Amino acid sequence: MTPFGLRRRRFVGALGQVITALCASLAAGTLVVILLYVFMQGVHALNPAFVTQLPRPVGMAGGGVANGILGSIVIVGIAALLAVPMGVLVGVYLAFYGRGPFPEGIRYLGEVLSGVPSIAIGLFAYTLLVQPLGHFSAFSASVAFAMLMLPLVIRTSDEALRAVPVSVREGALALGIPTYAAVTHVVLPAARPLITTGVLLAVARITGETAPLLFTAFGSQFWEYNPFNPMAELSLQIFTYAISPYTEWHEQAWAGALVLIAAVFVLNVLARISLRGARR
Amino acid sequence: MAASANGLGDAPRSYATRPHIFLLDRSFAIAVNAAAGIFVVLVLGLFAMLVHGSWESLHAFGLRFLVSSTWNPVTSTFGALPFVYGTVVSSLIALLIAGILGVLAAAYLAEFAPRFIAAPLSFLIEMLAAVPSVVFGLWGLFVLAPFLRTYVAPPLQAHLGWLPIFAGPYYGVGLFTAGILLAIMIFPTVAAITRDLIRAVPSEMREGSYALGATRWETVRRVVLPAAGSGIFGACVLALGRALGETIAVTMVIGNRAVIAASLFAPSYTLSSVVANEFTEATTSVYLSALVELGLILFLISVVVNGLARLLIWKPQLLANGSRVLTWTLRRRAGA
Amino acid sequence: MPILRSRFMLGAVALAGTTFAGPALAATQLTGAGSTFVYPFFSKAFYAYSDSHKDIAVNYQSIGSGGGIQQFIAKTVDFGASDVPMDKNELQRAGAPVVQVPVALGGEAITYNLPTAIPGGLRLSRQVLADIYLGKIGRWNDPQLAKLNPGVSLPDVPIIVVHRSDGSGTTYIFTDFLSSASNEWKQKVGIGKSVQWPAQSSVGGKGNEGVAGSVRQTPGAIGYVELAYVIENKLPAAQLENRAGRWVSCTAATVAAAAATKPNISATDFSIVDRDGGSAYPIAGYTWAMIYQQPQDKSRGKMVKDVLGWIVGEDAQRIAGSLNYVPLPSNVQGTARKAIAQIQA
Repeated sequence: MTPFGLRRRRFVGALGQVITALCASLAAGTLVVILLYVFMQGVHALNPAFVTQLPRPVGMAGGGVANGILGSIVIVGIAALLAVPMGVLVGVYLAFYGRGPFPEGIRYLGEVLSGVPSIAIGLFAYTLLVQPLGHFSAFSASVAFAMLMLPLVIRTSDEALRAVPVSVREGALALGIPTYAAVTHVVLPAARPLITTGVLLAVARITGETAPLLFTAFGSQFWEYNPFNPMAELSLQIFTYAISPYTEWHEQAWAGALVLIAAVFVLNVLARISLRGARR
Repeated sequence: MAASANGLGDAPRSYATRPHIFLLDRSFAIAVNAAAGIFVVLVLGLFAMLVHGSWESLHAFGLRFLVSSTWNPVTSTFGALPFVYGTVVSSLIALLIAGILGVLAAAYLAEFAPRFIAAPLSFLIEMLAAVPSVVFGLWGLFVLAPFLRTYVAPPLQAHLGWLPIFAGPYYGVGLFTAGILLAIMIFPTVAAITRDLIRAVPSEMREGSYALGATRWETVRRVVLPAAGSGIFGACVLALGRALGETIAVTMVIGNRAVIAASLFAPSYTLSSVVANEFTEATTSVYLSALVELGLILFLISVVVNGLARLLIWKPQLLANGSRVLTWTLRRRAGA
Repeated sequence: MPILRSRFMLGAVALAGTTFAGPALAATQLTGAGSTFVYPFFSKAFYAYSDSHKDIAVNYQSIGSGGGIQQFIAKTVDFGASDVPMDKNELQRAGAPVVQVPVALGGEAITYNLPTAIPGGLRLSRQVLADIYLGKIGRWNDPQLAKLNPGVSLPDVPIIVVHRSDGSGTTYIFTDFLSSASNEWKQKVGIGKSVQWPAQSSVGGKGNEGVAGSVRQTPGAIGYVELAYVIENKLPAAQLENRAGRWVSCTAATVAAAAATKPNISATDFSIVDRDGGSAYPIAGYTWAMIYQQPQDKSRGKMVKDVLGWIVGEDAQRIAGSLNYVPLPSNVQGTARKAIAQIQA
C-alpha cells in the first residue's frame, strides 16, 4: 500500500488533468467551429479587391471594405491611446497610491461600468461629443470605445501590479530609485504580460462592437482621414451587410468578419513578439 | 514634506539634494490621482446622463416600472420586469458555465499543458474574444440553435422534462440558447485572465507544496488556485459585466418575447436587447425615456450584483499557504 | 512608461498622426440617416449620382427610421429618411417647417415554413391572417386554413408567429394592415413600429434577417418580411386576399397597383394598406425623406433638393426596380416633385 494513498491521489490528479484539458479543447474547438462556419460563408467574397476597394452598391461586382478597415484601425487606435495610459495610471493608483476607502470605491465603479451595455455608453458619447458639436465623428466613437476598454485595463493593471512580489518593489526602493521610477521602470515591466493580455482582450472586444457606433462614428462609404468626421468602421459595415436581404452582401459580411478576426490575430501576434523582445 | 506613496515606503531623504526628483515624483502622483479622479467623473457622469434621460419615464411610472410586465409602445405603457428576469437569468447561466469551464481550462493551459499545446490553444481561446458580436448572433441563430434543438434539448426533456426549467416547447431560440451563447462569448475573459494569474503565482508557493508531498493536481487545486482566488473573482466579475451588457448576439437568439416563464426553453428578452432593438425607432419622448430608464436599471443591476458579490465572497487572506498544505498533508497521513 | 514606448504604441501614434495629415475630400459630403429599408436603394442610387455629379457625395447610413428622425431634429444630418412620416409631435419638436417627400415604395410578403411546397403560395384571407397573429388560430390544420387551401395537406403542428423585435416601419405597415383587416386587432393591439404581440407562441427576430432566419429554422413558423428579401432569398410567400376579394401575390405590379389607387398621398394621409382595387396587394408602404423647408445652409439645401429631385425621377426609380423595390407610379412622382418644389433653397 503506497504511503498517503498515493495511487488514488495520482488517479484523481490524472482525472483532473483530463477534465481541464477537455474544457480547454471544448473552447478551442468551438472557436474552430465558428471560424469554419464564417470561412465557408465568406470565402467566396474574399479577394485582394475586397480589402482595397471602397464599398460598391448591390448588383455591382467587386467592392470592398477598405475604408472600414482604415476606420477601424483609426477608431480602435485612438481608443487604445486614450484608454491604455489612463487605465494603467488608475491601476497604479489602485495598487500603490490609493488611500482609505477610495481604491475599493474605484474598483467597485470599474466593475459597475463593465456591466453597462455598450449602447448606453455610445449614447453618453453622443450626448458629450456629437450633439453639442452638431455632427458625428470617429473621435466620439473612440471615446465610447475607450470607456468600454477601461474596466478591463484597470482591473488587469491593478491585479498585475499587485501580483509583482513585494521583494521586487522594495529592492528597487532600497537601491535609492525614486518612487516614480520604481513604478515605471521596475514594477510595470514586471507586470507587463498580464497588462498586455488585458489590453489585447479589451481591444479584441471593442473591434467587434457595433452598437455604440450607430450614434457616434455614423459610418461612411468614402475614404475619411479626419477623425472629427463620420468614418466607416468594419464591424458596422459587417452588421449593415449581414442584416440586408442580398446574398452578395451577406458574403461580404462574412468575409469582413474573417478580415476582422484575422486583424486581431495579427495584433495579438505582434504584441506577443514585442513583449518577448523587450524581456531581458 | 514630500509625497509618500502607499505601499511604496517612505519618501527618499535625497529630495533635498535632488529637487527635480521631487517634482517628478509629485507630478507622477498628481497624474495618477488625476487619472483616478477623471475615471470617477466619467462613471458618475454616465450615471447622471442615464438619470437625466429617464426623468420623464421615472415621473410617469415611478416604481410601478420595476414590477410591471407590460411593454406596450402603442399605449405608452411600459414596465421592465420581464427584461430584468431575462437579463439576470441569461447572465447567470453564462457565468456559471463560463466561470467553471474557464477556470478549469485556464488551469490546464497554465499548469498541465505541454508548451506546444498551451501556446496555440491559448491563442485560439483569445481569438474567441475577437469574433464580432453580430457574427456570434448569426452563428447562434443558424448553427447553435438548431444544434441545441436537435441534439441537446430532446434528451434533456426526456429525462429532466418534469423539472419546470426544462418544460415546454423549444423553438431553438430562447433563454437556454442565449445563456450558452453568452457563455461562449465571455469564456475568453475568464480563461485568459485566470491563465495569466495562475502563471503569476510565485513558484515558491508551488515548490513549497511539492516539497510537502502534494501532487501536481493537489497543488493546483489547494495552493495555486486559491492564491489567484481574488483575481479569478475579478475576472468573473468582468465577464459577468460583459454578459449583462451584450446586445446584438443575444437579441438574435433569445426570441425577444417579453414574458416571464419558468422554463429555460421559453423565449425571453433582455434589457440591453430591447434598448438596442427599439431605441433607433422610438420617437415619442416618454418611449425614449422608458428605454433610457432600462439602461439605468441595467446600471443599477450592475451596482447591486457587484455590491452583493463584494459582501458575500470572502477574500481569504492566505498568509500561511504553507501551513494550509501542511495541515492537510498531516491529516492525510493520519487517515491513510 | 514602457508600455507607451513599445513598438505597438509607437505605431498606433504614428498612424493616428497620419489621419490628420490626410488630403481633404474634394466633393461636398451630404449626410442622411434613417430607414434601413431604403438603404440598398439609396446606396446604389447615390453611387450613380456621384458618378454623374463629381462634386457631391452622399453619405447615407441606416440607423433606423426613428434614429433618422431624431438626428434630423437634432440637425446632425442634412436629410432624414423614415418609413413612417413625422407626426405632429415630431414636427413640433423639429421647430421649423419640414418638407416630406415619398422616395421609395415597397411591399411585404408573408413567408412560412411548411414541410410541403405549395404551388402559388399558401392562401390566407385578411381575417385569417389577423387571427393567426392574434393567436386565435393556433395550429396549421385549423379548419379555416384548410377551407382556404383545399387539396393542401397542412400538418397538425402549432403555428409559431414570428415578428420583428426591433422597432421598424415594416411592422408599422403590417400592423396598419392588420388593424384595417380586423377590428379586434385594432382595439387590442393597434398600429405601431413596435407593439405588444398577443399570440402565445410568438418570437421576435431582429431585422429581416432575424425574422427570415427564424422562419427558416423553425418548422411551422410564419412571418412578414420585405419583398426584396423574399425574392433575393427565394422564400415561399403567401397569397393574400385583398379587399376586392382577389387573391394576389406580392410582386412589383401588385404593389404598384395598390399605390396607384391613392395618388394624392401626403405626410398626413399616407397609408396604402388594404386598398380596394383590382390587383392591389394589401401590405405596402412608402419611405419618406425629410428636409427643412428653409435649410440653414442654402447651398447644401440646394444640393439636397437636387438629389431628392433626381431620386424620385425615372432613372433613380429604375435603379430601385432593379433591386426589387417598386418604382414610384408616375402620379406619385408628380406629388413628390410638387413637395420638393416647396424647399426654399
